[in-house]
Order: sequence, then C-alpha cells, then structure tokens
Amino acid sequence: MSVDIDIRNRLGRFDLDVRFSAPAGLTALFGPSGAGKTSVINIIAGLVRPDHGRVAVDGEVLVDAELGIFVPTHRRRIGYVFQEGRLFPHLTVRQNLVYGRWFAPAAGRRDDLGHVVGLLGLGALLDRRPGRLSGGEKQRVAIGRALLSSPRIILMDEPLASLDEARKAEILPYIERLRDETRVPIVYVSHSVTEVARLATTMAVLAEGRIAAVGPTDQVMQRLDLLPEAARSEAGSVLETTVESHDEAFGLTTLRSPAGAFRVPRIDLAAGHRVRIRVRSRDVIVATTAPQGLSAINVLPGVVAEIGAADGAAADIRIDCAGEILVARLTRHSIETLRLRPGLPVYAVIKSVAFDRRSIGAPMHGAVAGGGGT
Amino acid sequence: MDWVALTPEEWTAVRLSLKVASLATAASLPFGILVALALARGRFWGKTILNGVVHLPLVLPPVVTGFLLLVLFGRNGPIGSFLAEHLGIVFAFRWTGAALASAVMGFPLMVRAIRLSIEAVDRRLEAAAGTLGASPVWVFVTVTLPLILPGIISGMILAFAKAMGEFGATITFVSNIPGETQTLPALIYTFTQVPGGDAGAYRLTLVSVAVSMAALIASEWLAQRASRRIEVE
Repeated sequence: MSVDIDIRNRLGRFDLDVRFSAPAGLTALFGPSGAGKTSVINIIAGLVRPDHGRVAVDGEVLVDAELGIFVPTHRRRIGYVFQEGRLFPHLTVRQNLVYGRWFAPAAGRRDDLGHVVGLLGLGALLDRRPGRLSGGEKQRVAIGRALLSSPRIILMDEPLASLDEARKAEILPYIERLRDETRVPIVYVSHSVTEVARLATTMAVLAEGRIAAVGPTDQVMQRLDLLPEAARSEAGSVLETTVESHDEAFGLTTLRSPAGAFRVPRIDLAAGHRVRIRVRSRDVIVATTAPQGLSAINVLPGVVAEIGAADGAAADIRIDCAGEILVARLTRHSIETLRLRPGLPVYAVIKSVAFDRRSIGAPMHGAVAGGGGT
Repeated sequence: MDWVALTPEEWTAVRLSLKVASLATAASLPFGILVALALARGRFWGKTILNGVVHLPLVLPPVVTGFLLLVLFGRNGPIGSFLAEHLGIVFAFRWTGAALASAVMGFPLMVRAIRLSIEAVDRRLEAAAGTLGASPVWVFVTVTLPLILPGIISGMILAFAKAMGEFGATITFVSNIPGETQTLPALIYTFTQVPGGDAGAYRLTLVSVAVSMAALIASEWLAQRASRRIEVE
C-alpha cells in the first residue's frame, strides 16, 4: 500500500508545491509551523481541493485536478487523527469508536472493536463520554476511531502537540504498535524531531511549502542542513539496535548495533528485542586517540566520513562506524585543533546518561532481532 | 373551591388552544430547521430579505399579520383559493387557520433559537465525521442534529408558548367562533366584554399563567439536560 502525492496549491500568498510517496509504515511530514504540513494532509483527506496535481492511494486516483476528478472526503476511506481529537461529545467512547464502521463497506472491515480496544488500552473508557477523558485518553480514542473506519491511509496531524510530556510518553508506544501491526500507511505531521526520530520509517522534510528532503528516516536525519534552525539542537542519528544484556548491579542495558555496543540506562525489555535509539549530535564527543581515564562508557571507533558546512561557531561531522553513520556537532575550533578531515580514524564518545526515555524507542511490537519490524 | 372549576365552555377553549398550539409547533418545526440552517450557513442572494420576512411578525402589529393572512389565505385569497381548490385545505374560520396564525407568530422565536444553536456547532466535528465516511446527510443526522437538539427543544417550547397566547393575528384571521376558533385568549377577551364574565376571565388567566410557566420551566430543564449530556469539551 502506498500514497502518491503531487500537488500545487496557492492559498493567499502561500505556495505549496509538494511531491512525494508514502510507502507502508509511518511517513513523517516534518517541518516548522507554517511550512504547509497540515495543508498537505488536508488535501489528501479531501478537506482542501488543490489547484493542480494528483493524489492516489494504491494507484486509485482521489484527486486529479487536470482530469477534474475529486473524490469527496466521505468516500476516500481515510482515517484522520486531528490535533485536538475532535471526538463527538454527544456519543460515548464506544459509540465514537464504532462511528466509522456504520459507513465502511462490510467487505473492507478489518479490525474488530475488541482488537482495537486492546491495542489502544481503551477497555476502561468505553462507557464514558469524551468530556470526562484526559487529553491522552482522548487522543487514544481518536486513533481507535480512525482505525475502526477501516481506512486505506491514516493521517495524523500533530496528534501529540497539545499534550504534556507524560501524556506523550503514554501515547507514543501505541503509535509504534499501530505502525508495526497494521499495513496501512500512516502520514504523520510533526515539528518534533523526537517524535519523528522515534516513529518514522520514512521522513519528508517540508520547508516553505516545498519538500526539502525525503527518504528513510536515518538517512534524512543525518542531513542536518535540511532541518529547520530550531530543530537542530535535537537533531542526531537514528540507529536500530537489539537488546543484548542487562547489568543489574549498575542499572545498565547493553544494546548491540552494527556500529558497536551502547550502554544505556536500564530499559525493561528482554534480550533480543529491537530498540531504536537516537544519538543527539550535540551529545557526541570526538577523540583522535583511544580515550583513557574518561567517565563516558560508550566509545565507538570510526572514520570521519564528511565535514559539514559551518553553521555559526559549529559544524557537523559524520562519522562512519562500521557502516552506520553517527553525527557529531563540534565547534569549528575543535575541528581545526584536532585536524579532523575525511578518512581520519576517530573515536565517537557518548555518555550513557545522554540517553533518556525520549531518545530510546519502545519495542517494535513482537519484533525480535533478524525478523519483523518495518 | 367551586369557582376554580372550569365550565364546559372554558374546557373547550383550553383543549382547543392546546390542539392549535401543538399543530402549530409540529407543522412549523421542519420549516424552522430549514430556515435556521439557511440563515446560519447559507450564502445566497436575498438572505437579508429572508431574515427580515421571518422576523417581521415579531415587530408588526399582530392585527396586521392577521389581516395579511386573511388577504393571502382567505377563501378568495391567492394562496387560500389555490389550497382549497387543489388540496381541499381550508384555513379561513377554521381551527387550522388559528394554528397557521399561531405558527406564523411563533416562527421567529423558533428560528432564532435553532439558528443560535446551529451557529454554536463546532464545524470541525462535522469535518471529522466526513473523514470517517459519513455523507453530508448522515453528518447532519448523526452529528449536527444531536448537537443542536437543545436549541430545537427550546425553540419548540417557545413557539408552543407563543401559540398558546396568540390573540391578535388569530382573531383577525379566523374570528372568535366558539368550539372552532375560540382559543383561550379569545375567550378571556369575550369574558371581559360581557357583564359578570370576571370569574371566568380569572380562571382562564390562571390556566394561562400555569401553562406558560410550565412551558418555560420545561424548556429550561430540557435544554440543561441536553447540554449536560453533550458537555462540549
């Protein structure tokens, strides 16, 4: 399943010119506010009619401005999770959840209520009304409601933006399960690097109405020059790892990746589970000799692959650690004194405590090393 | 306590008033919802004029409204003669005519209440229903209608109360015929015109106050209950 978008639209003085494909898995539409992210998914949903272009799901055309095709929203079979939930206040949670089922063709129905209720942990909420739910609960119900309408695509417009950190942490695992358990492509709008790094399989960077980059998340993440200013301090590399062992005495977990082993604060997962980690580039220290007498535990040998353009006092260098790329953000001063240049063998050093709950992904459900996942 | 007991003549007037007000409210409801929708959401030429026409009975002297109804819906009026000839519906000097006059007089109140509640509906909820597969008609039935129910209820009750008390337009249009068009206010008026009618006028005044009060309390209670149920976040 995939979604193909190629649209041009003018809204007042704002020009949107966007072309990309969202394959199965979760495609993050990333960019600063005002970049046109919401307009793009509103066009996919049929809430906005584009001036030019085409939108197709699995080859079925939803919009073709040139041919005059415009399938109305209610015939598109999309699941849309809005930023503010938009639950129906006059219906109970259960009635909200099954609302879309009345309209879905019987043959297209996939998930049954029980499965979705289990997936999203909604069992205790079914008979309540939306007015009595917390922000996080509302968003889970909204996700379930979209899912139960048996959509061919799921659109999510910053579903976590109005929630505090604790509520975000509560919902992220559910979105991960959704991504891994359903084959429905998800287009996820966000301006948060944290969310994108943790959730996205594909990433499209949108800036001023144009696609600045699109590709697998780990690759796009490394191209820091593409990221908006505000996001750079959170930027970094995304690595797929496997839980190897736990050190109960010190409360540490060892994660194995092709680049080497990472020791991070203990996470509650059995060995063999896959975990996605994000190494913020500002947390990476570079040494030209094997460091000694250093408190940091994670030392990964590698080779300088590329030195990025200067950005004020700093620049990003990409280090190739056995095929995996780690990005380090250093001052130009350090790059100069260490005489870093492409091809130079170096050591990337990362403190264990630099990893926190926000930079370590929850398990990809049911996925163990070597199989599953997306 | 004998003086509070209604005479058969008075009972007839009370029953007739209830019948007239019920028909007036029920028959004008679909039109009330349509006009309220058009005024709240529609963008069309002549919207200001429609709004003016709907509200006219509120500001015109009731006797003028009654006279206009007589001209239009009387036996020889353009609409009245057409309806009598083709559909067999006669309004002139019938209780149905009293219902028509009451409906026209109560219509602005009904439309106003419904329109306000339509304008208060969060249209983003309707968009959400659309993404879940509901066609515009289904969106209206399953989302808009339940959300505007408090407004519809209070609009109906206001129109009902207005119809119970309507006097000027009714008496002008369909006169004051006992058993046919002599509603509660018309009978009170008759009592005040004859010697010794005071007792009857008092009794009917009490009935009138009681019915109006009950309508207002019911309207408030139902609207509160409905809005508590939907409890907008």
